[in-house]
Amino acid sequence: MSITPYLTLAAILFCIGLYGALSKKNAIIVLLSIELMLNAVNLNLIAFAKYGPKPGLAGQIFSLFNITVAAAEVAVGIAILINLYRNRGTTDVTDMDTMKR
Amino acid sequence: MLDRLIGFLSSGENLVFFVFSLVAICGAIFMISLTRVVHMVMALALTFLSLGGIYITLGAEFVGWVQVLIYAGAITILMIFGIMMTRHRGEAETEPQRPWHNGLLLVGAIVLFGILFYVIQNATITPQSAPVDPKDNTLQIGQLLFNQYVIPFEIMSVLLTVAFIGAIVVAKREED
Repeated sequence: MSITPYLTLAAILFCIGLYGALSKKNAIIVLLSIELMLNAVNLNLIAFAKYGPKPGLAGQIFSLFNITVAAAEVAVGIAILINLYRNRGTTDVTDMDTMKR
Repeated sequence: MLDRLIGFLSSGENLVFFVFSLVAICGAIFMISLTRVVHMVMALALTFLSLGGIYITLGAEFVGWVQVLIYAGAITILMIFGIMMTRHRGEAETEPQRPWHNGLLLVGAIVLFGILFYVIQNATITPQSAPVDPKDNTLQIGQLLFNQYVIPFEIMSVLLTVAFIGAIVVAKREED
């Protein structure tokens, strides 16, 4: 088993996540799609940690840090969404254009 | 073609990878195509679970279980709480009113995947040493985390504390 199938799977997941993040209108689904893209990156890191040019544990540790940052990001994102829903009554990303006007 | 496929699937690791990656891609596709928000979150939880399985087959047992705990457990539940707090009245997402935007986006994503696929197929990655022994994976990660990577680890804990306090402050109802 080489590294190629893992990288291909990560590329597929990243592209699906990119499509979801840019096409969905519900802000919670946009956050979920960003999580999917972060997961594709984690898969790359762990695949390189096993089959890369220099196998080692550094990739796994980086992916642990990545998971931590993702958890912090989603907590802050959900808090902002809840506050925005309380003030504006919407979770639609196309309605969040106050700074554009 | 079929012989190669059967040969590919006869190895245990390849079979496990095939099944898990199929489930992961199906979950992601369902996340894109389903209409109810809760169903989307459940489909993505399936993707997270099968990615945890792939990590375990890659010899990263600790990261695999962390993935199951954090992503399939905590983040999914947090998303469901977010959905509950922001009541979705119509629930079913309306049809996209911007077909041009979505069409161009689909083309762009497919082109990006094509470029990535081309690069991946043409890259030659040869390991200079044998893969690390996955035995005592958790022990080795713990030792690395508290010796070589202790400063990033502490900074990460500070980041988590700041982020969660910030989340509480942002989401708190202002009483006045």
